Amino acid sequence: MGPAMDDTRPIFLQIAERIEDDIIEGVLEEEAQAPSTTQIAAFYHINPATAAKGVNLLVDEGILYKKRGIGMFVATGAREIALTKRKEQFYEQYIVSLVREANRLGITAEQLSDMIKKGAVQQ
Amino acid sequence: MTYVVEVNGLTKAYGDVKAVNNVSFKLETDKIYGLLGSNGAGKTTIMHMISAQQFETSGSLRVFGEHPYENNHVLQQVCFIKESQKYPDNYNVRDVLETAADLYPNWDQQFAMSLVEEFQLPLKRHMKKLSRGMLSSVGILIGLASRAPLTIFDEPYLGLDAEKRQLFYDRLLEDYAEHPRTILLSTHLIDEVGTMLEHVLLINRGQLLLDEETDSLRGRAFSVSGTAAAVDRFTSGRTVIDRQQLGGLVTASILNNPGQLNGQAEAEANALTVAPVSLQQLTVYYTRLQNRDSVSSKGAK
Repeated sequence: MGPAMDDTRPIFLQIAERIEDDIIEGVLEEEAQAPSTTQIAAFYHINPATAAKGVNLLVDEGILYKKRGIGMFVATGAREIALTKRKEQFYEQYIVSLVREANRLGITAEQLSDMIKKGAVQQ
Repeated sequence: MTYVVEVNGLTKAYGDVKAVNNVSFKLETDKIYGLLGSNGAGKTTIMHMISAQQFETSGSLRVFGEHPYENNHVLQQVCFIKESQKYPDNYNVRDVLETAADLYPNWDQQFAMSLVEEFQLPLKRHMKKLSRGMLSSVGILIGLASRAPLTIFDEPYLGLDAEKRQLFYDRLLEDYAEHPRTILLSTHLIDEVGTMLEHVLLINRGQLLLDEETDSLRGRAFSVSGTAAAVDRFTSGRTVIDRQQLGGLVTASILNNPGQLNGQAEAEANALTVAPVSLQQLTVYYTRLQNRDSVSSKGAK
């Protein structure tokens, strides 16, 4: 069985995110064939219709495209699209909660900025 | 569009008690449905009526467009696996499988034999000598290998260990992908099977509480914690489905307003601690809510 899904968020969104992750990290290259909905369903142990919904979301966003009779492929430019989308989400997902917790602990914006620089160096 | 199952105002009464009370829903072709609900909610009675093992008191019932009672054309397309299945005393496992093979037009013998091996079933052993888990395995095997266009599983995994349950889920999904059919699975183990279900029906006290796509329920509710004043300020005007208090600290679970999923962000901005609510927890809250409402309306009389 594949890595468990988070039962508190729509599964089809999580499927789309995991395929995007593979594209961003280069596990799935542009113009490579993406896993089929049957493979995704078996791997993540989910309903095939839900898997198909996640894949179709990426088709709508121009990240995947369908070759009739063969399957789904990663579009040229898919990585850029996925990255742009993630960068837009980055502020909402990470920065807002980071600043809120910093405020709660009395960490100033300057101290926070220093910490981020320190973290970046260590990475 | 024709539906595999179409029930309208379905009711089953025993004297004054309505085991199933005015239930209406439709099952579409080739989807996996979960039938959820507490013990005694009416799940088994509904499945019995769909498979013509019980007669409805009122309401209409259509299975593949026809009434299922003594209707061979309908019933040979329906496979109902129930936890309390009785077998003839002198039957061994092989006899049961041979009978099933005769009964179901789509029976796949090769698939059946591979399942016999995987579930480690002793073909020559008498049915009455099987353990509870083995009996469940026989039911699951028949449900899968019959490939009936409508397959109904009523809590099919009694006594099955986690490894065999997982085997059931894996084979069900695999075989469903290759041979799509309509599956109705009644279960308590929502955490375990939730991701397999495309659609859920939640039954409580004989009534239908939810009839929705499973994915649309995920993220429907979330909980907020904080001081009583802060929580109450935030929850006013929202639908609270659960509220717990510990000293001055309150945790409330609320439904996202339809069409907007930003309740969490708003709660966080109000310095409340936000946590997600799982599908299982959500069904518990819905059930409790209805139980509470029906108790208070009785009190009002």
